[in-house]
Amino acid sequence: MSQSYVDLPPKGGFSFDLCKRNDMLTQKGLKAPSFLKTGTTIVGLIFKDGVILGADTRATEGPIVADKNCEKIHYMAPNIYCCGAGTAADTEAVTDMVSSQLRLHRYQTGRDSRVITALTLLKKHLFGYQGHVSAALVLGGVDITGPHLHTIYPHGSTDTLPFATMGSGSLAAMSVFEAKYKEGLTRDEGIKLVAEAICSGIFNDLGSGSNVDICVITKGHKEYLRNYMEPNPRTYVSSKGYSFTKKTEVLLTKITPLSERVEIVEVAGEAMEE
Amino acid sequence: MTTFTVPIDNGDSVRIAEEESQRTLYPYVTGTSIVAIKYKDGVLMASDMGGSYGSTLRYKNIERVKAIGKHSLLGASGEISDFQEILRYLDELTLNDNMWDDGNSLGPKEIHNYLTRVMYNRRNKFNPLWNTLVLGGVKNGKSYLGMVSMIGVSFEDDHVATGFGNHLARPILRDEWHADLSFEDGVKLLEKCMRVLLYRDRSAINKLQIAKITEEGVTVSQPYSLKTFWEFSSFHNPTAGAEGSW
Repeated sequence: MSQSYVDLPPKGGFSFDLCKRNDMLTQKGLKAPSFLKTGTTIVGLIFKDGVILGADTRATEGPIVADKNCEKIHYMAPNIYCCGAGTAADTEAVTDMVSSQLRLHRYQTGRDSRVITALTLLKKHLFGYQGHVSAALVLGGVDITGPHLHTIYPHGSTDTLPFATMGSGSLAAMSVFEAKYKEGLTRDEGIKLVAEAICSGIFNDLGSGSNVDICVITKGHKEYLRNYMEPNPRTYVSSKGYSFTKKTEVLLTKITPLSERVEIVEVAGEAMEE
Repeated sequence: MTTFTVPIDNGDSVRIAEEESQRTLYPYVTGTSIVAIKYKDGVLMASDMGGSYGSTLRYKNIERVKAIGKHSLLGASGEISDFQEILRYLDELTLNDNMWDDGNSLGPKEIHNYLTRVMYNRRNKFNPLWNTLVLGGVKNGKSYLGMVSMIGVSFEDDHVATGFGNHLARPILRDEWHADLSFEDGVKLLEKCMRVLLYRDRSAINKLQIAKITEEGVTVSQPYSLKTFWEFSSFHNPTAGAEGSW
């Protein structure tokens, strides 16, 4: 058997080796498992003192709700947070990766991270994978140059905006923003508007639901309001609560050794001879 | 010895070929969304006046809301030629009805039902009228607002929206509509929806008409345009903090 070419080790990037096999399988009728998508509503807006990010908390696997209360606002740096829509694994992995890179960069430079640094790192990674990493992100933070809000699309393009929405509920949330956004909102007005936009996504989009998460980032300070609003409480809860009457009692304690202990005595000179 | 098969003159195949080419397969000249609400005195319906030919804005003076008889307003989004066909059907219907000369006139409920039957039957023959219709009207003091889609889905509601309006206007209407809106509040609400559609729907144009129907009759406003706001400071210099970005 002779090889006419040298097998080079993979240089990195996407390995398309299994594509042919997958094609053959789908032709034979196998349905590929669907990804855990976050069919989402994520929003961000710039207010007077900084940035407010908001997200719903439903993760879907096709038509099923896989996680009723997942976290879609990811930590990137103490002053930068990122909301993620699309394939949950992709958003999780890519934000974790860039978060580590930012931390190493902070150790090296001795300065706080800037939002455009996170933006460029994310954008480069996503463009390199040509859209196969299905992560649509709303990146917001406050750094030395001021508050910033960006959207990043799976193919690697970015926008810099005063208010932004992404995910399947983005149209419902955007209609609230387009109707009600003004410049120079106060913190409370901003939070109210973000909560309204997320609720619009929760109630009008099937891919979004459950609770509202909010993150307020200002200069030198951040507030992660997990489950800021819970507009979908459990309808029927047992008023009596749950009480388990009888605990398990200990009746008897007896120890029975399972095997005899045998003493091994080594005699010098006889061990391991033939 | 060569053998060859002679095609039997099957008149059917010719007819079927003709039928095939006459079914509606895709729309050509289309109108975008319609938004309509019930208010205190009747129904308000808003639409823009654009007719797109694919991605070209071909016609800028199409009235997509028309009065039907004394009691109804019909708005349509989708294929404009099919809308004109529907208007013709309704003309025939009202004419035939007038010929009885018994003082009866078709109310919005009856016209909605008629349109539902027409749309559903065409859909069953795989030759749909490519429209989503909005039917609003007032008869004997009761207001009525309903919708029929091109596959025959039909229902009645307090506020309806077609096309992109489904995604952009419905959330606003669900939040802010309430019974007994005054005329001014109703128009403000519709304008709010139409403005968002203008910002975010690529086939919307800034030339809209609002039609009103009450017990007294139909009024269609003159075309006018909405004010839009582009003066956000971030729009002036979007890459202020992110040099080299866009």
